[in-house]
This record gives sequence, C-alpha cells and structure tokens, in this order.
Amino acid sequence: MTIDYSQFLSMSEEVSLLAVVLVLFIADLFTCGKEERALACATADGAEACGCSCCGHMRALLPVVLLLAQTIFILCNISTDAQAVNTAFGGMYESTGMMTALKATLNVGAIIVFLMSSKWLGAAENRIKQGEFYTVTLFTLLGMYFMISSGHFLMFFIGLELASIPMTALIAYDKKRTESAEAGAKFILLALFSAALLLYGISLLYGAAGTLYFSKMASMPVNLLSILGLVLFISGMGFKISLVPFHLWTADTYEGAPTPVTAFLSVISKGSAAFVLFTILAKVFGAGSGFFGLWSVGFFWIIVVSITVANLFAIRQKNLKRFMAFSAISQAGYLVLAVMGVTEQGMAALVFYLLVYLAANLGAFAVIHVIEQNSGKVGIDDYNGLYQTNPKLAFLMTLCLFSLAGIPPFAGFFSKFFVFMAAFNAGYYLLVFIALVNTVISLYYYLLIVKAMYIQKNDAPIATFTSDCGTRAALVLCTIGVILLGIVSAFYDGLSHLAGITL
Amino acid sequence: MIQIEYMLIISAVMMCAGIFGFITRRSTLAVLLSIELMLNSADLNFAVFNRMCNFGGNEGYLFSVFAIAIAAAESAVAIAIMINIYRMLKGIQVDKLEKMKG
Repeated sequence: MTIDYSQFLSMSEEVSLLAVVLVLFIADLFTCGKEERALACATADGAEACGCSCCGHMRALLPVVLLLAQTIFILCNISTDAQAVNTAFGGMYESTGMMTALKATLNVGAIIVFLMSSKWLGAAENRIKQGEFYTVTLFTLLGMYFMISSGHFLMFFIGLELASIPMTALIAYDKKRTESAEAGAKFILLALFSAALLLYGISLLYGAAGTLYFSKMASMPVNLLSILGLVLFISGMGFKISLVPFHLWTADTYEGAPTPVTAFLSVISKGSAAFVLFTILAKVFGAGSGFFGLWSVGFFWIIVVSITVANLFAIRQKNLKRFMAFSAISQAGYLVLAVMGVTEQGMAALVFYLLVYLAANLGAFAVIHVIEQNSGKVGIDDYNGLYQTNPKLAFLMTLCLFSLAGIPPFAGFFSKFFVFMAAFNAGYYLLVFIALVNTVISLYYYLLIVKAMYIQKNDAPIATFTSDCGTRAALVLCTIGVILLGIVSAFYDGLSHLAGITL
Repeated sequence: MIQIEYMLIISAVMMCAGIFGFITRRSTLAVLLSIELMLNSADLNFAVFNRMCNFGGNEGYLFSVFAIAIAAAESAVAIAIMINIYRMLKGIQVDKLEKMKG
C-alpha cells in the first residue's frame, strides 16, 4: 500500500481539531495586544472600556463556537455502517463510530469547561494568558483523540504524552500561586514515572510479540516477558485513570490545580484513558487470549480497593476539591468495572457512564468554581447554610451530587445500572455486589455536602451573588444532562448500537 | 557474541536504579534524572529487541527515537515548573513541596 497526504483525510476529526487550535492561536496573536492597549486607556475613556469588554467576550466566545462547530462536524461524519473501521497510515490510526461518539463527548466536556472558566480567564491576572489556556487545553484534547484512535503502541504513547504534558502546564497555570506550582510538580513527576513504567512495559511486550500493531499482537505467547509487560502497562494506565494503588498524586493535584483544570482532569483526561484501556485490553489481551484470566483477577482487586478505599477517604475530607478527588477515584473504579469482560455491552456502558459522569461532575465543579471565584472558599464547612443565601446553586449542586451517587430519577442511576448489568452479564457477581454496597457508602458522603448546604446553621454563610453568563450556560448544560440523559433512552440506544458494530 | 540476556539485565538494573532514585532522592532535579534513567532503560530495551531478535523492520528503533523526543519535551516542562517553584520557595527540595497534605 502507498502512504501519501490523502491519508490525512481519513483523520478528519484530528485535522479539524488541529485547525481549530491553529485558528485560536492566530486569533490570540492578533487580539491580545489590542486588548491590553484598550485596557491601559480604559480608565480615561468610558467608550474604550466598553469596546474592551466586547473584545473580551469575543475571546471567550470564539473557542466555544469553534469547538461546537467542530463537534457538529464530527458528529455529522459519524460512521454508522457495519464494516466502517476507518484506518490510515498502514493501521497506525483506526477510527470507528464509537470512537467518534467518545470524541464528541469529550468535546462537549471541553466546551463546558471553557464556559465555566470564562470569567476566571477574563480576570486581570489571567487576561494575558487567556489564549494559552484554550490552545493548551485543546492540544490536550488532540492528544486524547490520537490516543483513542491509535492502532499501534507508538501512536498510543505519543497521544498519551501529548495529553499529559500540556496538562501539566494547565495545572501550574496560576503562576503566582504556590499550590498550583506544587500540584504541577507532583503531577509531572508522577506522570513521568508512570510513563517510564508504561514504556518499559511496552518494550517488554515488543520483545514478546515482535510487533506493536494491536491487530497483530493478539497471538502473543503467554510467558514471563509478556506478563511483566502487561503488569507494567496496567500500572501505567492505573496512574492515568488514578486507580487505587496508583492514586497518590490525585488529591494533591486536584486541590492545587485551578478548579476548571481540576474539572477537566477529573472527567475528560480520566474518561479517555479508561476508554483506551478498554480498547487495548479488548484488542491485544482479549477474551480469546491467555491473558484474559490474569488481568481479570488483577482488575477485580484494583476495582474493589479503588472503590472502597476512595469512599472511606472521601468521608474524612474537609476541602471540597480533595473530596471531589476521592469521589473521582471511586467513580474511576465504576468506569473500570465496565471494562471487565470486554463485552459490547460493557463498551456502551462505559461511554454512557462517562457521558453522565461528565454532566454531573462538571456541574458540581462549576458550582465549586463559581463559589470559589466569588468568596474564595472551598472548605466543606464553608458551605454550611448555602441554601439560605444562594438557593439555586445549592439546588443544582444537590442534583449533581445525587446523580453522582446514583439516585433513581437522575441519569447517574441509569449509568450505574448499565455498568452493573454489563459486569453482571459478564459473570462478575461478587464484584457487582461489592460495588453496590459501596454505592450506599458513597450516598452517605454525598449527602454530607447536601446536609451542610441545607440543614447546617451558619452565622456567616457565603454571601449572595449572581453568577456570570458563562457559568450559567455551563450549569444549564450540565443540569439538562443530569436530568435528560437517563430518561431519554435514545442516548444509550445509540451508543449500544455503535458498540455493537465496533467490537 | 554477547547474549541478549546480558543486555536485558543492564536495562533492568537501570530501571531499578531509576525507581530507587525516584523514591530516595530529596532534590526534585535528582528525581528527574532518575526518571530519565528509567526512560532510557526502556529505550535500550527497544533497541536490543530490534537488534537481537529477528523481528524485521525498524519498529523498535523508531519507537526509541520518538520516546527520547517525548522525554525531552517532558523534562523541559518539568524543569520550567521547577524554576517557577524555585522563584517562589527559594528551593526545589522535595520537602518544600508539602503545603498540601491530607
């Protein structure tokens, strides 16, 4: 076969995202200086100040509009026919309908993050680096795209690193704040450590299989070399998804990073890694190979420990961002529960769980972020009496927390139900039982926040404030997601149809 | 001719030395150096497997070239963050990085 530039046409999703990044980059180049100048003379002239704020709105709106257009573009091109595996560059790149659906989901998450961060980015200390935030975030997203669509370990590794190096820059985005830099340092050291383990694992797998194309590796012999490679690969991925023996960076990084970045990290970064774990386990170490039993046992324990330990730690947290970190570790356990058995049903359940988790978790983070922006408070005790002063925010937070816990009318119940179904049908009865027990524990600690907001008395509650348009738009999107995703069955049906033709 | 086992032992020793350094070193720059050792051990593995086992093609060599480039990019970002920390805290020892605990 020949490889020429026309191969790039098969990668329309990546190419269109790259185009968005470049447009934003150039737009930033031309709007940035103008605005600073406008700001300088804003105090003297009222009309100039008005023009400046228009420009600021445009800078916040442009990435949202472009990303939305790109999402619609890739959703229009989604392949729904049965044999449609779109490959390019000799099998290095593979794309299916399910992957496109996941990429669109991640895009929606990035849009919500952009919306909720618009006011924070427009603040005086961040305005000069506003454009960088968008560009760097979208490069992270591009890395995830490549990682999701990889058909070769090289592509996978490059995508993974393209997703995690800019992520570090985002975590250390608040240059003047010590916590942010500390969180960035902890993240990059552990990300590098896990990347090194992963790379060593891949090198051993290469030694065992003689190739690194997923499609050709399925016939790899089961020996010491390949088993060690598998173990190192799983531990490397465990760091990225923050499963329990590898979760030590999570709480500190989540606490120190700027809140929108924490939101991005907890949903989008984690979700894409979980999906890639699924595809690689299915393609390389799938149900037919001798590895299946080995990693099933390993993941059994990882999931049990992740869910249980994270739940127990979450109960004793005082800082809401740390609390959400442990909640995210426990949710990652549920995500990986869908991987068990690597069935079609599991894949549909995984992406649906991710979609619902995205709405609920980003909604909760949007509330945390807007409260942090307006009052500077992130402690759980500070939320006492929030209902008296900001009833709407307290109500939305409650919806999101109920969805995270999995209470019936909300989407979280359905997504948990589908994940449990998938694992149950694959034969993991004990695991499903343990996960169910843990759902009850998680309900307890999510209710602690609700109790603080509604019942606990506070002499000096957080003052009443009105949130900005961006945050409102983000909250509306998340609330729609939390309420409708579960009830409107079209979402899950579509995903399960796509999963049916993918695997 | 040198057996493949000897080469793999060298890379395994490099890997273990890197992990040991990562855990015990107190300066974050030394920790970064340890991580480089770990990454290089993996690169060595790729080259050794490609050279010694008759897999055909240059997959392993290519992989190590890309891995080296990626490791360089990561080090650049890591060192940028360390410089920022040094400006704020006047030191890059690991024990300075414990403002957040729990």
